[in-house]
This record gives sequence, C-alpha cells and structure tokens, in this order.
Amino acid sequence: MIENKKFQSAYNFAFLDERTKREIRRKILKAIALPGYQVPYSSPEMPIARGWGTGGLHVSLAIIGRKDVFKVIDQGSDASVNACSLRQFIERMTGCRTTVDTAEATLIQTRHRIPEEILTEQQILVFQVPQPEILRGVERLETRTRSMHAEADYSKLWVSLYEAYVRYGSLMRGAGYPVRVNGRYMMSPSPIPRWDVPNLSDARCLYLFGAGREKRIYAIPPHTVVEPLEFEDVRFRVEDWGATACAYSNARDAFLDEIYEDDSSRKFVVNDSNFLDKLRTGPRPPQRLFRNPQ
Amino acid sequence: MNDMALNSGWLLRVRGLTKIYGQPDGDSIARTGPQASTNICPVTGAIVACAGIDFDLYPGEVLGVVGESGSGKSTLVQLLYFDQPPTAGSAFFTALDNGTTDLFTLSNQRRRHVRNHLLGMVYQNPRDGLNFNFTAGGNIAEKLIMAGSMNVASIRERSSNLLRQTEVPVARMDQTPRTFSGGMQQRVQISKAIANHPPLLFLDEVTSGLDVSVQAKVLDMIRQIQSELGISMIVVSHDLGVIRMLTDRTLVLKNGRIVESGLTDQILQDPQHAYTQLLVSSLL
Repeated sequence: MIENKKFQSAYNFAFLDERTKREIRRKILKAIALPGYQVPYSSPEMPIARGWGTGGLHVSLAIIGRKDVFKVIDQGSDASVNACSLRQFIERMTGCRTTVDTAEATLIQTRHRIPEEILTEQQILVFQVPQPEILRGVERLETRTRSMHAEADYSKLWVSLYEAYVRYGSLMRGAGYPVRVNGRYMMSPSPIPRWDVPNLSDARCLYLFGAGREKRIYAIPPHTVVEPLEFEDVRFRVEDWGATACAYSNARDAFLDEIYEDDSSRKFVVNDSNFLDKLRTGPRPPQRLFRNPQ
Repeated sequence: MNDMALNSGWLLRVRGLTKIYGQPDGDSIARTGPQASTNICPVTGAIVACAGIDFDLYPGEVLGVVGESGSGKSTLVQLLYFDQPPTAGSAFFTALDNGTTDLFTLSNQRRRHVRNHLLGMVYQNPRDGLNFNFTAGGNIAEKLIMAGSMNVASIRERSSNLLRQTEVPVARMDQTPRTFSGGMQQRVQISKAIANHPPLLFLDEVTSGLDVSVQAKVLDMIRQIQSELGISMIVVSHDLGVIRMLTDRTLVLKNGRIVESGLTDQILQDPQHAYTQLLVSSLL
C-alpha cells in the first residue's frame, strides 16, 4: 500500500493552514509596500489568547521556512516563560532549529526590545505589538485616527509632545516613542525603549510588526528613514546611565536593567541576555550606537 | 467666476448657503421660514436650519448676526468654519486663491489649511474650542504647530505674548483651562483663534456665559484686538448690546432666513421688519 504521509501530523507545517498564511503574507507585502501604514488582517484564533503575542506569532508562522533558525526574546531575555513557551511552540509546529544566538538566528520574534547586536540582511525581526495606533492616546475614535493618518494630520501628537516637555522638562516617553516612517506615517515602534528607536532607521534587516488583538500588521523595510519626533530646539534623546556600568560585564553603551536585590541594594545589568553572554565570554559584538545631541 | 475675482473689495462672499437636517422634499424650503414661522417642514419633518443666506463681508468689517434661539445663527458660522458640511451654497474668500475657489469644494486637507491659517473661531462653550486635557499654552501651540512652527522656545514665546494680549496671567500658561474661570477660558480661546493672524474671525456667543463685568472686559478686548489687527469678524449673538458695541453691520435671522440687514445703528434705531422691531423693543 502506498502510504499517505499528508495526514500523519496533526497540524500543518507552522500550525496555520496555507490559506491563512497566504492571507497574512499578502498583508505583510502590502505593509512593506507602505512603510509605517497599519494593514488590517484576519488575526485568526491561536492556542494562546489574543494580546499575548499572537500578532507576532501570526507573522512568524506565516513567513517561517524549514531552513529558518528561530529565536524569541521577551524584553531582552531568551529565558522568560513567554519566550520559552513561544520558542517551544514554534519548534514543535515547524521542526525548525531554534537558538539564543542573535547572530545565528534568521527569524527573531521579539517583545519590547531590539537586540543590541547589529541585525543583517539575512535576518527578520518580528515585533509583538500591544497597541499599534500611535494616535490612540490623543484620539479615541478609530474613524478619526484613520482619517488623521490619511491626511497626515499629526498636530495633536506634536501637542502631546509639547505638553510632555512643558510638564516634565523633557520629551518624556519611556517606551513606544512616536516615529515618522519614510517621511509619511507616524508609527508606534511597539513599546521598545528610546534606546532602540534609532536602530529602526536605515537598518539592514526587515522589521515586521504584528498586533494580534488590534488586528494590524505594519512594517519597516530595510534602509528606510525612521525619525523620532523632535522639536528644533528640544531633541530626541536616548536613555543615559552616566558612568554606571553593567554589574556582570562592566560594559557600558547597552540598555541597562535596574535590578533590586533582596537586601534592597541595586545593580545595573545589560538587558539583552544573549548580548550579555557574549560580552562575558568573548569579543564585543558589533553594535550601532546613537549619541545624544549636546 | 471672473467677475467675482474682480470684486468690489469684499473679503468673504456667501451665496445661497443652506443647511437642512433630515430628508427634505422639493418644497421643504418653501414650507418653512419666517412667513410660516417655523423651520421644521410640516410634511417631511426636515429641519431647515438656514436657507438661501447671501451676504458679503468686507476687509476690517465686523458683521453681526442676530436672532432668537434656533434661528440658524450658530449653524451659519459652523458651516463657514467647516464644522459641518452645508446642504447647498457657496462661499468665496479672497484670502484663498484670490476668491475664485468655492470653500465648500475644497479637499479635507485644504480645508484644514484654511481653518488653521485663514480662520479663527471662538465658541460659546470653551469646551468646544479648547482641549481641556492640554494646558492653555498647549492649546495655543496646537494652532502654531499646525501652521508649521516646530521650535518650542518660539512657540512658548508666541503663546505667552498672545496670552498677555488677551490678559490671561502668563504664569498660568502651563495649567489646563479646566482650572480657569469662564472669562479666562474665553480669553484663552480668543488667543488660540488669533494665533496665526487669521484675516477672518468667527465669534459665536462669546460673552453669553459670562457675568456682566467680565463681559464688558472681554468685549473691550475684542474691540481692541479688532482695531489693532484689523481682523474681519462675524459676531453671532442674541444680545443686542453686544451687537451694538462690536458690529458695523448686522444681519437679522429668523427661522433660518435673513429678514433684515443693514448698518447696525440703523437697524437698532429704525427697525423695519416686524421681528426686528420686536427684538429691539424687548431690549432691556
């Protein structure tokens, strides 16, 4: 008897059925064609609840191939429960090799960080986005925000920036700093720290953003200009830790986490776990650093 | 169109401006108006807020629009400020394309440009004109940013000058208008409206919610701004005192139609239409 191998596994390769993948791929192509524009998509049911990384998972599963090497980071860490669960899920559904090494991975799904190490033409970074609409904070209605994007009417966003300066003395916005993509759409970079925002511009890799709960996909193609919003005299700045260095690697020029010990003392540690491992074991991996204006 | 461009010096020319809510039929306009003393069509139930409004406004002139509640005064300025689309009619504005383009045919983007650069509006309720989540300075900054000012220092400089001009304490620039008195909120609105030096300003019942002494101060300030900057204004009010103090010329509206128009003094001294006579005689 000729064996039918088609139905031997319970799931299709990469969990999603081929039609769903095709729909998501089409939306990704549209998103790449219109950098920064939020493309609505189906956001099908997944074995995890919407809003728990389903957007990133949809994008990753739709584009992953058998030869891809997959990595998941959750706020810089490869070892958090979410990162481990997602990595295991993709491993089981695709049989692809997974890794924690940033340089080795071809497809990286991330929550709230861009790896410190430079990403190359061979890599794609997929963001999980909780709130794709950068204008939501200043305009509650979706119909309005859509027409504001269509007409490039971003004055309210600028005023909120002005207000932040007036109230706090700087352009305070810890994560999700608004950026303008390719001189056109204002975009939420997902809640990455300001430290990572300059890395969005003129990057060698492709950035894809999936918001499962809000059902939106958007993208920044390689070598696209991405500008953080700033005034002529009040400039965008990244986080600055002064003379503080990482407690484990003694390194500076990386995003540092503040960690409190049980005895209420505190220390600073490099947030990107793979970058920290590399700093401790070998030469410093290549980085793109942004210098604050004087 | 060309004879309009070679105009007799008007700034704003409005022709046949009409706004109808609901589903009118062909005769709804004929069934309503002062002669029927209603603006609700008895057959279709459509509300004719205003119909067939024609007038010209000249540079530096202050035009009053007076009438009872529901006579279509506020609708008139809201249509001209693009708050709502008109049912019919056209408006030409010499500050835009030398008065050859109908304002109501503009794209949304150009409308916003006209709103931000060429027009100013002061609403009766400060909540309509100001964002209470932003500071007073932020509200003014919104207009300046829309006009392309991207320098915080110059935005703050200009905002504080405007607030000084409208007698709002500059020390309160970085507080939200929520904490301000009614008169101060109104003054912030006026600062915002004149921020980009618009050639035309709409004032919709600006002093109606204020007590008499504050009213007098706000009116004084508007007069002063008018004489300093030479802005044309359309002043909507049900208060003949305000109309007498501010305006050169007046339109009297009833049930959405102009029933009388002329020099303000003349209308107040010698009203011709029965309704205007009633208005003037009921002046306290």
